[in-house]
Amino acid sequence: MSNTSKNTTPPLLIVDGLTVDYGTKGVSLRAIHDVSFELRAGEAVALVGESGSGKTTTAMAIAGLLSPNARVAGGEVRYRGSPLPIDDDAAMRPHRWSETSVVFQGAMNALNPVHRIVNQIAEPCVLHGMSRAEAMARARELLELVGIPADRGAAYPHQLSGGMRQRVMIAMALACRPSIVIGDEPTTALDVINQAQVLKLLVDLRTKFNLALILITHDLSVVAESCDRVMIMYSGRIVEDGSVADIFAEPKHPYTRLLMDSIPNPAEGKRMLRPIPGDPPTLMKRPLGCAFHPRCPSAMAICATEAPHLNAYGKGRVACHLHNSLAPADKVSVNA
Amino acid sequence: MPDNADILRLENLQVSFPMQSGVFDSILGRPKGVVRAVDGINLNVNRGEIVALVGESGSGKTTVGRVITKLVQPTGGRLLFDGEDMTTTHGFSTLRPYRHRVQMIFQDAYQALNPRHTVFDAVAEPLRSLRLVENRAQLTERVSEALSTAGLNPPQEFFARFPHELSGGQRQRVVVAGALVVKPDFIVADEPVSMLDVSIRAQILQALIDLRDKYRLALLFITHDLPLAWLIADRIAVMYLGRVVEIGSADDITLYPRHPYTVALRNSTPQVRRDAGSGGIQALQGEVPSAARVPKGCRFHPRCPLAFDRCRQEEPSAIEVGPQHLSACWLAK
Ligand SMILES: Nc1ncnc2c1ncn2[C@@H]1O[C@H](COP(=O)(O)OP(=O)(O)OP(=O)(O)O)[C@@H](O)[C@H]1O
Ligand SMILES: Nc1ncnc2c1ncn2[C@@H]1O[C@H](COP(=O)(O)OP(=O)(O)OP(=O)(O)O)[C@@H](O)[C@H]1O
Ligand SMILES: [Mg+2]
Ligand SMILES: [Mg+2]
Repeated sequence: MSNTSKNTTPPLLIVDGLTVDYGTKGVSLRAIHDVSFELRAGEAVALVGESGSGKTTTAMAIAGLLSPNARVAGGEVRYRGSPLPIDDDAAMRPHRWSETSVVFQGAMNALNPVHRIVNQIAEPCVLHGMSRAEAMARARELLELVGIPADRGAAYPHQLSGGMRQRVMIAMALACRPSIVIGDEPTTALDVINQAQVLKLLVDLRTKFNLALILITHDLSVVAESCDRVMIMYSGRIVEDGSVADIFAEPKHPYTRLLMDSIPNPAEGKRMLRPIPGDPPTLMKRPLGCAFHPRCPSAMAICATEAPHLNAYGKGRVACHLHNSLAPADKVSVNA
Repeated sequence: MPDNADILRLENLQVSFPMQSGVFDSILGRPKGVVRAVDGINLNVNRGEIVALVGESGSGKTTVGRVITKLVQPTGGRLLFDGEDMTTTHGFSTLRPYRHRVQMIFQDAYQALNPRHTVFDAVAEPLRSLRLVENRAQLTERVSEALSTAGLNPPQEFFARFPHELSGGQRQRVVVAGALVVKPDFIVADEPVSMLDVSIRAQILQALIDLRDKYRLALLFITHDLPLAWLIADRIAVMYLGRVVEIGSADDITLYPRHPYTVALRNSTPQVRRDAGSGGIQALQGEVPSAARVPKGCRFHPRCPLAFDRCRQEEPSAIEVGPQHLSACWLAK
């Protein structure tokens, strides 16, 4: 990994025990539970996991953009050492976009159809105190940065392809020189060719500006191409965290292993679908103990009663009773 | 009915849209051009067959799907369903039996759902408007079954939720359920699993394949993901700027593509294993030209690494390059 200073530089962002509930019709349901991780400048971390496991909720909490029926039930987010007022929209405003910005999935459809794109990019700069002229200059610079000739800035959104519009969204996210960019499926709506261009752009910008990236995606090939580290979520918790190389070579958590196994592999030559048996838990009926145990081929008695902690394991972390010793060398192999 | 009887046939299908000009163009009274979104497509889908339609953004895939589901009127060519010419059929009550048989899973799960309708009402809507159930119990049973097939279990837990209370992938599964609920014979599935993790994706694809096996459901599966097309489809049609440039069995198109555009698509697909790729993604150069300005000659020639003089002058038509395998390229012979 590129990061040799990993343990000496203080982390840019610390997410510590973050817990978020949603209130619906008088009931409060826990969407994410005790989510903890650190992010360093220039690091690219993927957030992967089951649909509904809490990835968007985690991202929105960090950016202070939770929906009105959400409540931060525990934990905190610290940026450069100070806690962020993540549940106070107004108080988050100076931080959002200038320190942390988000590119939403399908955000390209959110562009205003009646305004020229260059004006839309200049908008956040003006809101953060630039003069109109400075903001326009900055907007043109950003367009060039994302590979759109500045003279196309006069175009309206419908005159650009989906890939170009998504690049406009990235330009807007970078407008106020943030240190962290969160992409929630930023390339899902794009075809492979635009996807490749946008990913390359993100990776280049990351190196150029020492940006930290959190990339939420279902596409494990995107993870392999553009991230150093990957965190796997299942039912509201991080269940595994490690380097892309380690996790792809040897996933530790049974969920991660089965998820990897369900990736179709054209090289095998035969078309096989291998979904993980059983259904994902819902917020209302989350199993006791480890939430994955009813579907886990390696489940033991303890898994049904005690939720495993996310413990350090090797160079990463894993939340699984099969791996909860701090000395992994003492463990017998579990890859039956 | 013979096995290879086609349920859907598109003959030289064309769709042009008047160009959406900018606000200023209309004020200044500039003439409007046309966008040739679909520019002469021939395609058939057999009963119980899954045909994937792949291609870059803007190539016209969704427009083809919208013609099939009668949401867009073609400007030329014919749409035949189960032997019947449906090209000009219109009107709500005339189309009711057709809508019962042909459904679409819409591409954008954020736009496809009405924010004010609960999950139950969203899925129940086609059953109600097509009058396919007699009582509340039947309605509930059909809605539950569809949600469950689409991977939302237990279904009752989702009934009363509004779209904004769902994750992205959950919304997409509600859209899938809304198409399955009427038990159609034909589904246009427009990027139906783009927002799902690989496991749930496999589960939904398996459900679609089971419906095909059990009820001979036919599918036009629209995606930009070539490996995904390979996984689910019997045949793959590759679209570029409104035309099908290559069509063949899923294996032939994926493993032995003949059209330079299909080759480029394949080479742009990122690899899961880092070591498997040969030095990362090779992005195809340039943007897709606008469908309002289709290049002369072969429409792919401005981006084609193999283009020669003839490609700049004459448009190639589809030539047989193998059994059931057609490619529209001057080099195909
Ligand atoms: N506003 C809300 N009110 C109630 N429940 C919600 C709300 N938003 C999300 N949820 C629920 O919280 C859980 C986590 O949702 P989240 O959007 O974070 O998942 P995700 O991991 O991003 O999934 P996907 O990959 O499908 O987008 C889901 O079960 C979802 O139904
Ligand atoms: N209602 C419309 N009016 C004008 N132009 C349109 C309309 N619908 C589609 N188009 C144009 O037709 C072309 C084909 O669009 P279509 O949505 O069918 O592409 P697609 O292959 O589905 O792309 P994607 O992969 O991005 O979904 C595009 O150039 C698009 O801008
Ligand atoms: Mg999400
Ligand atoms: Mg489309």
